[in-house]
Amino acid sequence: MRILFKNALLGIFVCFSILGCSGQKNASKPIITVWHWMTDRDATFQELAKKYEAFSGIKVNFELYAPSEAYSQKIRAAAQGVNLPDVFGILGEKRDFASFIKANHILDLTSYMEANNNSWKNSFFPKALAVDEFTAANSYGINPGIFGVPIDVMTIQMVYNKKLFSRLGLDPGRPPKTLQEFLDIGAKIRTAGMQGLVSGWGEEWLIRCLANNYAFNIMGKDKVLATIKGEVPYTDPDWVTVFSIFKQMKDSGLLAQGLVTMINKSAEQLFANEKAVFAFNGSWCVNVYKGMNPALEYGAMLPPQASDKYPMAIWGGAGSSFMVNANSKNKEEAVKFLIWLTGQDQQAYLAQATNNLPANKNSLSKIPEILAQFARGMDYATHPNIWGVSEFPLVTEAFDRGIQSIIIGEKTPEQVAGEVQKVKERQIAKKKA
Amino acid sequence: MRIRDSLENYAFVLPAVTIFSVFYIIPFIWIFQLGLFDWDGISFTRVFVGLQNFKEIFLQDKNWWQAMWNAGYITLIALTLQNILAFMLAWACDREIKMKNFYRVIFFIPPVLSEVVVGMAWRFIINDIDGANIINRTLTQIGLPNLVHNWLSDPSTALSTVAVIHCWKGFGWGFLIFLAGLQTIPRELYEAARVDGASAWQSFKKITIPLMIPIMVLVGILTVLGTMQVFVLIISLVGGEFAGHTSVPVLRILASMRGSRFGYACAQGITFGMVLIIISFIQYRFSKKAQ
Repeated sequence: MRILFKNALLGIFVCFSILGCSGQKNASKPIITVWHWMTDRDATFQELAKKYEAFSGIKVNFELYAPSEAYSQKIRAAAQGVNLPDVFGILGEKRDFASFIKANHILDLTSYMEANNNSWKNSFFPKALAVDEFTAANSYGINPGIFGVPIDVMTIQMVYNKKLFSRLGLDPGRPPKTLQEFLDIGAKIRTAGMQGLVSGWGEEWLIRCLANNYAFNIMGKDKVLATIKGEVPYTDPDWVTVFSIFKQMKDSGLLAQGLVTMINKSAEQLFANEKAVFAFNGSWCVNVYKGMNPALEYGAMLPPQASDKYPMAIWGGAGSSFMVNANSKNKEEAVKFLIWLTGQDQQAYLAQATNNLPANKNSLSKIPEILAQFARGMDYATHPNIWGVSEFPLVTEAFDRGIQSIIIGEKTPEQVAGEVQKVKERQIAKKKA
Repeated sequence: MRIRDSLENYAFVLPAVTIFSVFYIIPFIWIFQLGLFDWDGISFTRVFVGLQNFKEIFLQDKNWWQAMWNAGYITLIALTLQNILAFMLAWACDREIKMKNFYRVIFFIPPVLSEVVVGMAWRFIINDIDGANIINRTLTQIGLPNLVHNWLSDPSTALSTVAVIHCWKGFGWGFLIFLAGLQTIPRELYEAARVDGASAWQSFKKITIPLMIPIMVLVGILTVLGTMQVFVLIISLVGGEFAGHTSVPVLRILASMRGSRFGYACAQGITFGMVLIIISFIQYRFSKKAQ
């Protein structure tokens, strides 16, 4: 029995010795670890990792942590424990991104981007790169620089069902251009007993997105940013007009039943199953709709203009970005991998496999027409992450909730404007104190 | 000898005390400490603000108290509707009825389902455009078309609908504990009561209820603790806080964390924890008196 025990111990010792040796052997070739949340892109990332290993001999481990909420918490916990992976993405607003940079978790990629006459930098859509950039006058206290690499591009627009358009007696080749045309369609939808606009407005941020689109259209970028800076109140008539649009949409019959408690997945199912005429969604929906209903006939359009004064703006830019851990011992290899990943061929492969818009502007040649329509929206794209200022979280919450209250008929646009302004004033006073 | 006995006793409780301290008490103290700071949850620098976060919660944060009120409402429905239903079913299954083992299994299915699955399933049952609209169809078929309603997207019914679905999901736990409690009551007591001429109602009132009070308190405490912390079901049913109508404390804590107010979220967590401890303590004291 004792001999058997000794032999077992010896066996364990030998096993660990061999494993230890193999670890040392691997140490010469680093393994790059990438954390992400993109369930729909994971299989393609794994394929690209294999291609990179064949190309460079360096193994890349893509580790998926979903859903995005869980991923977001994991990244924060890893930042607190200083055990972030070599490459990771950040979900959240620009201030979260800034916090990671301030805590020295993210490598400044400016020098890499600008090497060889800006060759890497110039390969991206400028608006995609802008999301990962901090300019000289940013209000976050971050030194100017580029701190992330866009992997794909998105725009958030409206989509309309061409078949249902025909059924309503509308021209499927001519989506509404003005708010009035849009509202008129609402009346037709109501009469026909159909469902109008669907979107994930139960999750709130998509409401803010559309409201901001109209704010840019009605009062222009400068006034929107002045509001965020606290120079223009939310009780300004232009803001009341923005809030009123939601009441008009509700009153016209444009909004689908239960829109304020709708999650985006349900909205996507409804639109894909041809149960709703319009949807407000991001360009990622092309892949989602294709999976749910490959025969769906639809087109993308900008939200119909409420004013001629300023151009309509939509949210767009980098759909997802990767950052390099500033404390990683593999950071040079990680940068090399990201340069490869954002190369023309890899981006084209990623775009075709996942139906997402590539971040590399040279990879746009072979994308489907519907995706091209979303890509054309990039001309109108803006994003809170490139504004250089950000609204207080409690104000955005009051803003989103307020619009929900307007839609359910609980509050008037004026009431909501007043309440949002109150929260804003309280936050400004708190910041000053 | 006495010292040795004492040391032995301490040695036995030491693992439990250690685990409880490491995983409950120390984190609680640490979270309280974080609640005294203005911190975004990422940076290494924190600004000490003293009790400012707690002051804001108690004096300014109306959304927080609305969330507490909503959670209290769901809890009240769970304490009454859910637990009465659980008790009645357990009482029925404790008697000699046919297929009682089958019922036991059936009643325990909802609690073992994930809250996301329950939420999605009920969303499908209730909603009309993205679901089967079964409830409204049934109401129409039984001649109650005036009750047809957008149950989840009407602010006046959303919270109650969430509460009822939560009860459906949760009553199985209470059922199981009540059933276990009922089976510990000696059958001789009922036989003796019957011999003495007691009716079924008198036996229930004079034997079952008094002997079940400790179990009822336990189920009550577990119901309060479980229901006050509900949030996954709400997200899967209505997507979130629905203009505050389905807001609950855990969703508020998550909103603070998302808004980079980690210190404030910790203060909310501590406040919430203290409220739950106080409620449980009151229930415990109340049960002691009742016994």
